[in-house]
Amino acid sequence: MSDLSLARAALDVSPPSGLGAQVEAMPLRGMVTIRGDLGDAGFAAALQAATGCAVPEVRGSTVSGDTRVLWMSADEVMIFCAWDAAPGVVATFMEKAGDAHVLALDVSDARAVFRVSGEKAWRVLAKGAPVDLERMEPGEVRRTRIATVAAGIVRTDGDAFEIFCFRSFSTYLWNWLCVGAGAESLSDL
Amino acid sequence: MTRLKSGGALIDRDTSVTFTFDGKPFRGMKGDTLASALLANGVRLVNRSYKYHRPRGVVTSGPEEPNALVNLGSGDRHEPNIRMTQIELFDGLEATSQNRYPSLKSDVGVLNAAASRLYPAGFYYKTFIHPRVAWKHLFEPVIRRIAGLGRAPTEADPDTYEHQYAFCDTLIAGGGPAGLLAARRAGEAGERVMLVEQTERWGGRLLTDDDAEIDGKPARDWIAGQVAALEAMENVTLRLRTCCSAAFDHGYALLYERRADHMTPTGPRHRLWRVRAGQIVGATGMIERPIPFYGNDFPGVMLASAVRDYVRLWGVAPGQRTVLYTTNDDGYRTALALHEAGCHVAAILDARADPVGILVEQAREAGLTVMSATGIGKVSGNRDGVREIQTVPLDRGDDVELGKRIECDCVAMAGGWSPVVHLYSHSGGKVVWDADRAMYRPDPENPPRDRHGEPYVRLVGGAGGALTTGDVLASVGGATPSVVAAAEQPARPVWFTPSQGKAALGGKHFLDYQNDVTVADIRLAAREGFESVEHAKRYTTLGMATDQGKLSNINGHAILAETLGKAMADVGTTTFRPPYTPISMGVIAGQEKGLLFKPVRQTALHDWHAEQGAEFEPVGDWRRPYRYQRDSEGREASITREIKRVREKVGLLDASTLGKIIVRGPDAGKFLDLMYTNMMSTLKPGKCRYGLMCNDNGFLMDDGVVARLDEQTFLCHTTSGGSDRVHAWMEEWLQTEWFDMRVLTANVTEQWSQFAVAGPNARALLERLEGDVDFAALPFMGFAEGTVAGMPVRVFRISFSGELSYELAVPTSYALSLWEALLDVGGDLGVGPYGTEALHVLRAEKGFIVIGDETDGTVTPHDVGMSWAVSKKKDDFIGKRAMERSDLTRQGRKQLVGLLTEDPGYVLPDGAHALSKDGERAIGHVTSTYHSPTIGRSIAMALIEGGMDRMGETVQIGIDRKTSVKAVIASPVFYDKDGARQNV
Amino acid sequence: MLLIQCPVCGVEAEETEFAPGGEAHILRPEPGCSDAEWSAYLFERKNPRAVHYERWRHAFGCGKWFHMARHTHTLEIFGVYAADAPEPPQEIRDRIAERTAP
Repeated sequence: MSDLSLARAALDVSPPSGLGAQVEAMPLRGMVTIRGDLGDAGFAAALQAATGCAVPEVRGSTVSGDTRVLWMSADEVMIFCAWDAAPGVVATFMEKAGDAHVLALDVSDARAVFRVSGEKAWRVLAKGAPVDLERMEPGEVRRTRIATVAAGIVRTDGDAFEIFCFRSFSTYLWNWLCVGAGAESLSDL
Repeated sequence: MTRLKSGGALIDRDTSVTFTFDGKPFRGMKGDTLASALLANGVRLVNRSYKYHRPRGVVTSGPEEPNALVNLGSGDRHEPNIRMTQIELFDGLEATSQNRYPSLKSDVGVLNAAASRLYPAGFYYKTFIHPRVAWKHLFEPVIRRIAGLGRAPTEADPDTYEHQYAFCDTLIAGGGPAGLLAARRAGEAGERVMLVEQTERWGGRLLTDDDAEIDGKPARDWIAGQVAALEAMENVTLRLRTCCSAAFDHGYALLYERRADHMTPTGPRHRLWRVRAGQIVGATGMIERPIPFYGNDFPGVMLASAVRDYVRLWGVAPGQRTVLYTTNDDGYRTALALHEAGCHVAAILDARADPVGILVEQAREAGLTVMSATGIGKVSGNRDGVREIQTVPLDRGDDVELGKRIECDCVAMAGGWSPVVHLYSHSGGKVVWDADRAMYRPDPENPPRDRHGEPYVRLVGGAGGALTTGDVLASVGGATPSVVAAAEQPARPVWFTPSQGKAALGGKHFLDYQNDVTVADIRLAAREGFESVEHAKRYTTLGMATDQGKLSNINGHAILAETLGKAMADVGTTTFRPPYTPISMGVIAGQEKGLLFKPVRQTALHDWHAEQGAEFEPVGDWRRPYRYQRDSEGREASITREIKRVREKVGLLDASTLGKIIVRGPDAGKFLDLMYTNMMSTLKPGKCRYGLMCNDNGFLMDDGVVARLDEQTFLCHTTSGGSDRVHAWMEEWLQTEWFDMRVLTANVTEQWSQFAVAGPNARALLERLEGDVDFAALPFMGFAEGTVAGMPVRVFRISFSGELSYELAVPTSYALSLWEALLDVGGDLGVGPYGTEALHVLRAEKGFIVIGDETDGTVTPHDVGMSWAVSKKKDDFIGKRAMERSDLTRQGRKQLVGLLTEDPGYVLPDGAHALSKDGERAIGHVTSTYHSPTIGRSIAMALIEGGMDRMGETVQIGIDRKTSVKAVIASPVFYDKDGARQNV
Repeated sequence: MLLIQCPVCGVEAEETEFAPGGEAHILRPEPGCSDAEWSAYLFERKNPRAVHYERWRHAFGCGKWFHMARHTHTLEIFGVYAADAPEPPQEIRDRIAERTAP
């Protein structure tokens, strides 16, 4: 029974369309933070059991069905999954990890996710992210800043990027993305 | 009208453009700049100078223009100090002249010029020293009115701006022949290339000086071919109207794109490109130097290169009778261009004793008069411009007589060329004086170096010192195109031309047009001991105007060298600083203005709070409800109502902003024992403990309640706005000091929304919701997990108000449901929300501290009476060793106390100082101060020297210079000293 | 603005993604140390116009601390290495010797 739609808090600006980039607020998504020794076989087995995914390479992500495991740091991954699947992922991982020194937390409500897609999507993000987005590989994860907000960017496929940030910044970032995608300037970029 | 009947490579004679200058309508042509259009309309007086208010005209045709600054636009689009040589004309353009009153033609400030002998270098420094008070009230206001540039805009800028990050292997600044060729070479090598050009056209000087043949083609055809080839390359980005404003460390460059200045803006007006480049190639060309001679600032005295630009690019004759004063062969191109366009060239004065070169011969063959070893001694004219010049023989010392008078309306100065070395200088490269070519050029021994210590900025073409088209193209490297062009003879630099007898310094020989700095000023500075080039610059203001000395620096430094009897290389030059030309304030802000000015963090209930009349206050980046407005009640009334609700019934506080950090692992207890001053490892699962966190200076930095969730897992609450800082602090110790500890952390602040349910009716309210938490059984400082109203909750029985109180945390997506459920079931119990001001009064009544109010980074736990929270059993914790230092253990440190004013109705100002008995010294200050509705009087907390030993003492609190009030030092716990209310 | 390579996540990113943490390899004395030792730990820092070993954190990125050897004047970066390294690795010291040889 979740009732706080993230888009609800973020409707100060309407998302523009037809300018080469679309911005969407994604519905609630299951998210799990897991920390531990990513190189450990037991960790990999527990992650596989919980998500069906292998441990991703540095700054990469692995996908199985609608579950994606994102490399966040040397000892941390983030799991994107269905919202109601997150508790199960935590439980399965902790059970399989046994006595290993790990941490798995359901953080499905901590962050907001936006999707920016289209031919000019990377140009919208390049207005505030100091990252070579044009050369980002599909599946690549990049934690950086957008304007002054800490954000993660994953190139999900082709022209599409998913952006995640702490939920309290979602109104700001939504507005920021919409202003950037709405500028008629995209035509000459 | 001075528009020529034919010619003008950039203009479209079929498309007329209308604009106004000082309110008067004019017509120009598509492709004109404001400068070329005004010249075409015969307007030569465009500005008054900064200090002497002398009439000034256009000197150049590009970004180096010192004189022709205008106010552009009107109303909210008004913008001052724009160089009209860079303004592309569009229909409806409005420009007004600057620095004149009441009008350009009759300017009262010209009186300054009459008194100009009273304004030597350093005049302001010398004159307005005494009396001191007069500066602010008399001198400064008057000087500000007389001096100055454009009018600052007063309205908010309606335009939009943006940034764009970009990455490339090679960034090339400048779209002239060298830049185009460099881009071609890099593009063909498969590099990711950006080529930018500050004007709206490719080709640089080759568009004007098209006498060369490249690869067997006319220069313009060669340019068109290069541009077409580059446009076909996918790995090359080309951008016009984009100036490389700055080159910084490690390949970082800023590009200033004037995206919509030449049209009615659609989309952002300017764009700032923030580029990371592997290599930066500066193909930024050269700037021609003026020549300092008497009266070299009358309208109509222009750079020779600019004169021929106006003829060839815009089909405008800057004069009908022109005198050329040149130090080199290139200047002759101006005479030839004028002659070819049918304009009279009255004379060519060549500083050299025996000019020979191919261009010289062409001029002679055209029947033009060439006078060798001759310069301009004096220019005569009025506000409409030059009337005549008088020649002067060179090479006869300073004590010479003026020679022949030549009637003319235009003077073209060809003083030699200075490479635009700015990008090299910006990024740390050094320049060297090249005496043969009379120029500062980049020093190949001292290039800017990148993070690997390798050179990353290279100047090519004119910027690198190449003077001819052949040398320009050869400097790029790789296969050089074949060039057929006239050979040129060496130049003879002229830094100063005497006027009459003993150099006649009474007449004005201008160096810096914009700041009105003359040769005499530099000589005076040198005589007065300002021998360093940096000192002379600041004393005279040479090169410190908005043009940053693009025309004046080299001449000025040469005059200084000559006066000091030093070599040019020994005097040195000032360092060029970014930006190359001014950039708009708007583009620096980019997209982050208005709604996007600064990120604001909102809790999940933000909209609910707003709908309930919340007045928000910033807490860190968060916005929290300060109080809730009901009907028409006043501010005080609403706060009192909320306080009474908590003391008498039950209130709800959105405490979601409190930081929440999970700390887990076999060593978690051991780690927290080091992080907190008190013992955390002994905390039992299911229990909470209030903890203090210090830094290694022993000073308080954060506080909060720690709950032990299970044997290996702790949940640490932090202050609002402290979550990121404390999480980073924990990680810093784990990663850099105690990396052998098996501890993992996670910041879950935003996963959980948290509400305080506080007041005598709190338990009754919570028990009305269905669930499996036994609120009655949960002891003070207990923790439980369960389900309430179908939602997963964590319950902490903790109190920051002193009342019976529970804090409930739910996953944020349930926040509104739980909040509304609590309000729905408790109407008869008097439930309602309270804001942060009520929270603060409630905690102050109980003497609870707030980090940042009672602490300021110099306060220890002992200072605030919390020695009970500092463990004596632990070998170590952060801050322990520091607390043993003599200053932290000495008597007389400021200590936290309560203050009760003599007048119970008087609320002390926050921060007011407590005074020593003699009133001479501050012995402490008020840290929190409120009216307490609960006890019906004012209360305050303060840090007072030795305060804990001064209970009952009356102190004076200074209110302002004259007033002080009396207050009694008391315990900071004003209400329910035994804590009975929270233990029910 | 510096361009810094994070040794943990491998990205080469601009300085704004990082937070500086001051001089590296400062040991925290044991609790029983003298006032002078404690004062040195808290306050005494080098400020050289030379190679400087310093601490940085990839604050907006992977969040990890690391060490960097950087020349404070030329801004040349000689290498980055792990936050738990007690001293600069030989490889970086060799590079510094080679690059700063007179």
